[in-house]
Amino acid sequence: MRKIFLVPCALALLSGSTWLLAQISGNVVKEGANRPRIALPELRGTGDAQSYMGAFNQTLQEDIRTSGFLDVAPSTMYPKSVPQQVSDWRMPQAPARLPKSRRGEMVAAPDGGGYWLTDWANPPARANYLAFGYTAVQNGVLVLYGNLFDVTRANPTDAQMLNKRYLASTADDKGARDLAHQFAADILALFGGQSLAGTHIYYVHQASKMTPKEIWVMDFDGRNQRQITHFNALTIEPSVSPDGSKIAFTSYTKGRPMIFMFSVDPVRDLRFYNQVASMNGQPSFTPDGKQIVYSSSAGGCCRVFIANLDGSGFQAVTSPGSIDAEPKVNPKTGQTILFSSGRSGPEQVYLMSINGTDIERLTDGTGEASNPVWNPDGQHLAFAWTRGYAQGRFNIFIMDVGSRQYVQLTHDEGRNENPSFAPGGTHLAFMSTRSGREQIYTMLADGSGPRALTAQGYNYSPVWGK
Amino acid sequence: MLSSKQRILIASIGLSLVVFAGCKKKAPAATPPPPPVPAPAPAPPPKPPAPAVTQFTVEPSAIQRGQSSTLRWEVSGDISSVSIDQSIGAVQNTGNRQVSPQDSTTYTLTATGGGGTSTASATVTVTAPPPPPPPPPPAPIQKTAADRIAGELQDAYFDYDKSSLRSEAQTTLTEDATALKSILSDFPSVTIVIEGHCDERGSAEYNLGLGDRRASSARDFLVQLGVPSDKIHTISYGKERPQCTESTESCWQKNRRAHFAPGQ
Repeated sequence: MRKIFLVPCALALLSGSTWLLAQISGNVVKEGANRPRIALPELRGTGDAQSYMGAFNQTLQEDIRTSGFLDVAPSTMYPKSVPQQVSDWRMPQAPARLPKSRRGEMVAAPDGGGYWLTDWANPPARANYLAFGYTAVQNGVLVLYGNLFDVTRANPTDAQMLNKRYLASTADDKGARDLAHQFAADILALFGGQSLAGTHIYYVHQASKMTPKEIWVMDFDGRNQRQITHFNALTIEPSVSPDGSKIAFTSYTKGRPMIFMFSVDPVRDLRFYNQVASMNGQPSFTPDGKQIVYSSSAGGCCRVFIANLDGSGFQAVTSPGSIDAEPKVNPKTGQTILFSSGRSGPEQVYLMSINGTDIERLTDGTGEASNPVWNPDGQHLAFAWTRGYAQGRFNIFIMDVGSRQYVQLTHDEGRNENPSFAPGGTHLAFMSTRSGREQIYTMLADGSGPRALTAQGYNYSPVWGK
Repeated sequence: MLSSKQRILIASIGLSLVVFAGCKKKAPAATPPPPPVPAPAPAPPPKPPAPAVTQFTVEPSAIQRGQSSTLRWEVSGDISSVSIDQSIGAVQNTGNRQVSPQDSTTYTLTATGGGGTSTASATVTVTAPPPPPPPPPPAPIQKTAADRIAGELQDAYFDYDKSSLRSEAQTTLTEDATALKSILSDFPSVTIVIEGHCDERGSAEYNLGLGDRRASSARDFLVQLGVPSDKIHTISYGKERPQCTESTESCWQKNRRAHFAPGQ
């Protein structure tokens, strides 16, 4: 009986998931076989610049490999020489038809040793694109001359897609990483992608279970982890404004949970006036950045409210009677709100209009569903769900709001909670206990390429912003 | 010094006396009188009297254990030795001595002399001392409000994902209400916080609401029983402060609770 039910169900899921993944963010997450293939040989530096190229090449590789837009051809398949500038392209002198070399090896095609387009397009490299260039220190700063060529074209003129000079602010590893991010961003942009470079992930950190949680921030790749709040009190639930200039969060610094609004640079308390209530929390911004929605126990726990950025003009969106939590306004339309609620029993994910009408449940009532967040496209959401697992065993799912089709992205590798889309929608940050304790990971929006960003202490509730 | 003339004179007188006496007429012979009764044998010298104990006292004659008393004695007459028992031994004919017997004791003085032995005794009665006064009573333990909140108020426990009060939680809170009223009347300035807690399974965000509802349920029940509402505040900690960290039902149950703490 059970089998008969499950088989068609699984088939429906499988076909649905392929379709859904293709939907996410305009086909950015493609199946591996369909992704363009780029050759990404190591770039070199002139003189002193070479000492920073370790950082440069590592960063460039990470940015391209984790983008989800391109596959990187394995370097063992590359020709023996790599062009460093456009003038290095040389049509091979050898005749197109050379029956045998002196050693008797078969030579399949004119071989430029790497200095011709076909050297990269043909087997074994089989690349569609080649990125190359070099760096040098000029006037105390690191300079990159970066190129991208479509090696399937007939000549270098047609093949050139990118030929650009990049400047770092310093000549050191940090400057080298900055150059790599810029270069990677330009490459990805040519494929309709958005670089993650320059984006930030706000999160909750505690050094040990005995120390208070505080809000921290790091770069998209886990670098530059630094503490934002210093309340020395339980501080949780960060969210970031659409322009990345402000964060809102919840802190117990005054005894009970209250909402705070901070500017990011410089870090400053912007004063948020909380409603009189035992609990105000889970703030998040409207897409215009002018209001926040949050959950409050004012008038009975807990309702969704909307208010100005200083807390004034607050209005209830939902009615008392159940726990309504984690409101998130649609980033595209500003007209609907995702939230989690216990109104029909165990916690589930719901959708309603901005004024609290037309409430509908998106999850099917099984398990417990929590942490809904919008994909920037305003048509998909990610959330944590225990469907199919024991209570508390959350996994990350994505769902198409229109069809309610959903796909499971993690599969019981510890608890997986608090997903948050990157600004371009291509990636998700989330918390997982797969390593034994709570840490922050990123993965592509199809669930592939999980990568740990944190390793020290305990880290929770990532929120990805500009 | 007698001169030679004087010696001759004395000698002549003496000679004439002897001559004249020998010339007296002789009396008839008679029976000799009986010899005189022999003198009685001389009486043995009179026996001297035994020594007299003129005094043997102990003052005071009743003491408490640990106190001392004084023996005084005086012995007269023909004395060769005086001693007192109870390990005192030989003493002078007259004297005194402090004694501190542990128990009631009779001292016997023995005086020996040519006339015999005399004894006398004196008894000192030793009573147990009264028990020492008890130490001053300790200062009464000043329980703080926090002590009493921790000691007298019991947690109320909840079902998973529920904030309604089970009957056993109502029983607990009914007892808590009585204790709370007492604490609040003894400490009029104190306020109480009811903390709502959850187990680890639900989401942290939802549990913040659930903990709030649990704390509110407990507060509403107490207020209904007459606990002043302005003295009780609620705070939800969701699953942020578990008192038990194992992933077992018994541990989860310990965390699904309303807990009392002193107000800020």
